[in-house]
Amino acid sequence: MSDIVSVIREGNEPAQGLEPRDQKTARQLLREVGAVLRMSEAEAAKLGGIPVDPDDDQTMIINMGPQHPSTHGVLRLMLELQGEEVLRTKPIIGYLHTGMEKTGENLTYMQGGTNVTRMDYVSPLNNELVFSLATEQLLGITDEIPERATWMRMLLSELNRMSSHLLFLATNGMDIGAVGMMIYGWREREEVLRFFQKVTGLRMNHNFIRPGGVAADLPPGWRDDVLRLLDMIPPRLAEYDALMTGQPIWRERLQGVGVITASEAAALAATGPIMRSTGTAWDLRRDMPYLRYPEVDFDVIVGSYGDAFDRYAIRLNEVRESIKIVRQILDKMPSGDVRIQNKKVTPPPRARIDESMEALIHHFKIFTEGFKVPEGEAYVAIESPRGEIGCYIASDGSATPYRMHVRGPSFVNIQCLPHMLRGGTIADAVAVISSVDPVLGEVDR
Amino acid sequence: MSDATTAADSEVAKPPMRYGCPLTSVGGQQVIHVDLASYVKVVRQAFDDQFTVCVDLTAVDYLLMPNRSLPAGIAAERFEVVVNLLSMAKRERLRIRVQVPGEPPTIASLFDIHPGTEAMEREVFDMFGIVFDGHPDLTRILMPEDWEGHPLRKDYAKGSIPVQFSVDMADPGQLPGTPGGSR
Repeated sequence: MSDIVSVIREGNEPAQGLEPRDQKTARQLLREVGAVLRMSEAEAAKLGGIPVDPDDDQTMIINMGPQHPSTHGVLRLMLELQGEEVLRTKPIIGYLHTGMEKTGENLTYMQGGTNVTRMDYVSPLNNELVFSLATEQLLGITDEIPERATWMRMLLSELNRMSSHLLFLATNGMDIGAVGMMIYGWREREEVLRFFQKVTGLRMNHNFIRPGGVAADLPPGWRDDVLRLLDMIPPRLAEYDALMTGQPIWRERLQGVGVITASEAAALAATGPIMRSTGTAWDLRRDMPYLRYPEVDFDVIVGSYGDAFDRYAIRLNEVRESIKIVRQILDKMPSGDVRIQNKKVTPPPRARIDESMEALIHHFKIFTEGFKVPEGEAYVAIESPRGEIGCYIASDGSATPYRMHVRGPSFVNIQCLPHMLRGGTIADAVAVISSVDPVLGEVDR
Repeated sequence: MSDATTAADSEVAKPPMRYGCPLTSVGGQQVIHVDLASYVKVVRQAFDDQFTVCVDLTAVDYLLMPNRSLPAGIAAERFEVVVNLLSMAKRERLRIRVQVPGEPPTIASLFDIHPGTEAMEREVFDMFGIVFDGHPDLTRILMPEDWEGHPLRKDYAKGSIPVQFSVDMADPGQLPGTPGGSR
């Protein structure tokens, strides 16, 4: 039994912050480094190049955040610095924790969408999608979802990926110093959100994708709106290229910064653009497909250096891939129902309530009590703009989940920061945090 | 000859196994039920078998479901740690469920095999009070460090905690919304 177990048994929990260097043993410090590389402490020590034991009076621990503008909300980093160089980092999170997993246990499956959609508020439709897919898996109705609902889910998911990446381009530009980019990225994202508002009624937090299908059919004229978006965004992306991609200052600022290798990313369970920036072509849409992704043609964008520039370029080009996918979805969008015609899950249509007492009772029961889900557990994962978002639901057979857990990609990706920042300068820290693109609502849940 | 037939018979009767643990498969999802003693060994075996990414580690408090269905030979405990492994090479997922006994419930840490579980194990410790033996930095991650109790436990009441401000105001009655406030 190690020390930590006996300490906790006595009721003394250690403090959260980054401990000063003189309170850590050399073995503990090397374990921090070696674990990521999947090495023993001895092997890590042989690597060299890592300032193992600088003088105590030369290092200082400073707080960056939680109110720092480049920390994307309320992320606090404790940085151990030697001059300008970052030696150790510890992200301190939880400032936005609102107990959403606990809340999820008290909402019916029907209401659950309103809860999960607020986690990653930059890509809410992906959250709803993964929650709905997990619920459908437990209900055993995965194969019965109407075609049109499935393609609508894909359409919304891809448009959401575009809006999320456009927001990344805006904040990334702002953090690096291309402040004009902030306005442009926000402008284009707003165009996508305007379409969401037309479809779902809300810019964000839609609760539109629900277990059993989607809430409503697409509004009249939706195709023209999407086509307008698809014609408008590519020239704007070309403008971004001119503004940033080719610029020497932009490249100097990002290239070779926050480098991570493929094996390190796998060890830290980093997914999404971080994993792909290392050269690993891993995209759940292609490798473990869901919905109708096998029927559309798209490329998985990969980087080669695993640095902040690769992550920027991947997201920029994923917007282009999403546009490609959306064009194919427009061609293939079938007609038909948008909700499963299973009376257990789907409330009756409004018109039926006026003419049928049974429909009225059914409507009342499904909205007050919800529908029961068989006992069991399921884990479903999809590719969100930030990586693998997973939903684990354990059901006890009632109308509310017994346990609802969301594997947030930001929560896991943010743990790469100590590794990416090690040995870099504090000025690069801003670029690295930005390139991880965390959404703190999902980190803290 | 007779040995061969009995072996074949028992193979049919036996539940499917993987890494020496009972395997269940629901809706195409593979789940193995591992006992506490062989937990780390099985995860390492799976790691050698190309399950190199630990995408998720979480827990469930089964306080209200003591009679849930588990494969034969697995004794239900109150807490269960759920580990989701991913093999990128095989494009396959594997879920590990471990029953965790003890007070406080204690289980070995996966940090040395999958360093990415560092934050996930801290979250489970914070939310459920499950102690991970061998974790390098087992502290609360989402709740404040002076928080008492573990919120996702089933015997932790919901919505009964008044909003706390750590600022020690001279007169808390001036602050609207604080307990004891003069409203």
